[in-house]
Amino acid sequence: MGKLIGKEVSVAAADAVGLVNVDVIAAYPITPQTHIVEHLSELVAAGELDAEYIPVESEHSAMSVCCGSSARGARTFTCTSSQGLALMNEVVFIASSLRLPIVMVVCNRHLSAPIGIANDHSDIMPVRDSGWIQVFAENGQEVFDHVIHAFRVAESEKVSLPVIVNMDGFVLSHMIEPIEYWEEEMVKQYLPEFKPLYRLDPDDPITIGALTMSEYLTEAKMAQNEALKNALPEIVTAWDEMAEITGRQYRPVEKLHEDSSETLFLTMGSISGIVSDAVDQLREQGESVNLLKLRLFRPFPFKALKEAVGNARRVIVIDRAVSFGGPPGPVASEIRSAFYSDTNRPMISGFICGLGGRDLIPDDYINIYRESLLQTEGGATETEDILYGVKA
Amino acid sequence: MIEVRLHGRGGQGAVTSAELMAITAINQGQYAQAFPNFGAERRGAPVAAFFRISPEPINTRNMIYHPDMVVVLDPSILRLVDIGSGLHKQGILVANSRFSGKELQQELGITQTIATVNANVIAQEELGLPITNTTMLGAILKAREFYSPDKLLGPLNERFGRIAGKNIKAMQRAYRETRITPALN
Repeated sequence: MGKLIGKEVSVAAADAVGLVNVDVIAAYPITPQTHIVEHLSELVAAGELDAEYIPVESEHSAMSVCCGSSARGARTFTCTSSQGLALMNEVVFIASSLRLPIVMVVCNRHLSAPIGIANDHSDIMPVRDSGWIQVFAENGQEVFDHVIHAFRVAESEKVSLPVIVNMDGFVLSHMIEPIEYWEEEMVKQYLPEFKPLYRLDPDDPITIGALTMSEYLTEAKMAQNEALKNALPEIVTAWDEMAEITGRQYRPVEKLHEDSSETLFLTMGSISGIVSDAVDQLREQGESVNLLKLRLFRPFPFKALKEAVGNARRVIVIDRAVSFGGPPGPVASEIRSAFYSDTNRPMISGFICGLGGRDLIPDDYINIYRESLLQTEGGATETEDILYGVKA
Repeated sequence: MIEVRLHGRGGQGAVTSAELMAITAINQGQYAQAFPNFGAERRGAPVAAFFRISPEPINTRNMIYHPDMVVVLDPSILRLVDIGSGLHKQGILVANSRFSGKELQQELGITQTIATVNANVIAQEELGLPITNTTMLGAILKAREFYSPDKLLGPLNERFGRIAGKNIKAMQRAYRETRITPALN
């Protein structure tokens, strides 16, 4: 392994974008994503990164610029958070439908109202069905690696889809921690030149994003869905090849300990480390419990999830957002749906935690574990997701 | 793992102190984190920053509730903020103050070990400004040998460029002038 250096995760994310020699960056600053765009604009201004930095007037414009530049064949990056992602929403769906391999880092932050700037996943859930590939990073190293991985996957001829790298706002974006940077040679070896199948070219005009009505929309959406599902093996291959270069092996679903346990926590993003401390404390007390980290959210890794869950009796899903009037944990409902057809399915016990940056400690997750056991003792097989820690 | 909370005022560079401590620890092959108090901060208002240093990889991303060390960069907030909050009984307070550790123990009702240094005077004389974030690094390292003060030279040079020399002198002087008052029984 190379040398670990202390870097703010946002700066490292920007440096990773610089390392892949991106052509166009279009972004609008919004807390807590600002340090990423600030550092990118510094790199461009200092001449260290030969890219077009386009300061736009809104996130809607940022994604519109990204669509134009990516369709022209330029390697394109943007990043945003919360309200910014909400504002660019309509163009987010267009980027994926046009199969434009844009890479976007989202510094996850809660969505207004009430207004606030802290971390949860309420900003990203509204674009769950936008057709982008989506991964969640746990720490700064994963952010750095996944930015590079995202370009590799997005631009692959077999994929040609945009990728969102989710990193929790503040707890990740504003943390200084040890990160191993890639050497330029490693990036060259890993990431080929961007060669789009189609590109906008005034000398050889084509139409991208033509109008269709009922006669072809079903077919277009079928093709889009197949493209996203078919991206899965490419995503995994790109992780495997990264492991050969860096020694770090990523998978769609990862287990903290290799053994099988009766109960599994399932988490996405930066809380995984805190939950892993709780799991280890519980295991020391003799409890049969393990942690699954869901790294790949879209395309959803059904097969990898089932393999990782194995014969576990209970999965405690930690959600970071509310689907109002719905299941109400968005990730828990996906996990339930994944297992519904199985006769021997585990109980899915959903807890919604850490909204608006509420800082849950390992003791909280130990409480959640005990509460989940009580649900089963009462004979329940199906439970409603619980908003954990609501003040009286 | 050692956990540290720094108190200062917005604009005084408490976050920079935490960053430099963590970056230098990582350069020495240790594991470390540094982070600000998440939320809105205003220039001049009391702010906090944090760092952790550990020989092992760090899993947690929780805030620091029970620090092993509390550092106060600005003497005017000693009585304004509950600086002793959560500080371990075996912990240490590192204070920028013209008063002695004994006087502070009495005045603030703190029983833990106190390291004191008159960082305002040092910063004023060495930097020409009462900005104490780099000065206090010397006091932190006197209070607890995370590593030798020499290890800070590289990171200070990188961060401050042509004004690094003054900051290094201030840090080294604070390291020499910091006094430790043992904990009360």
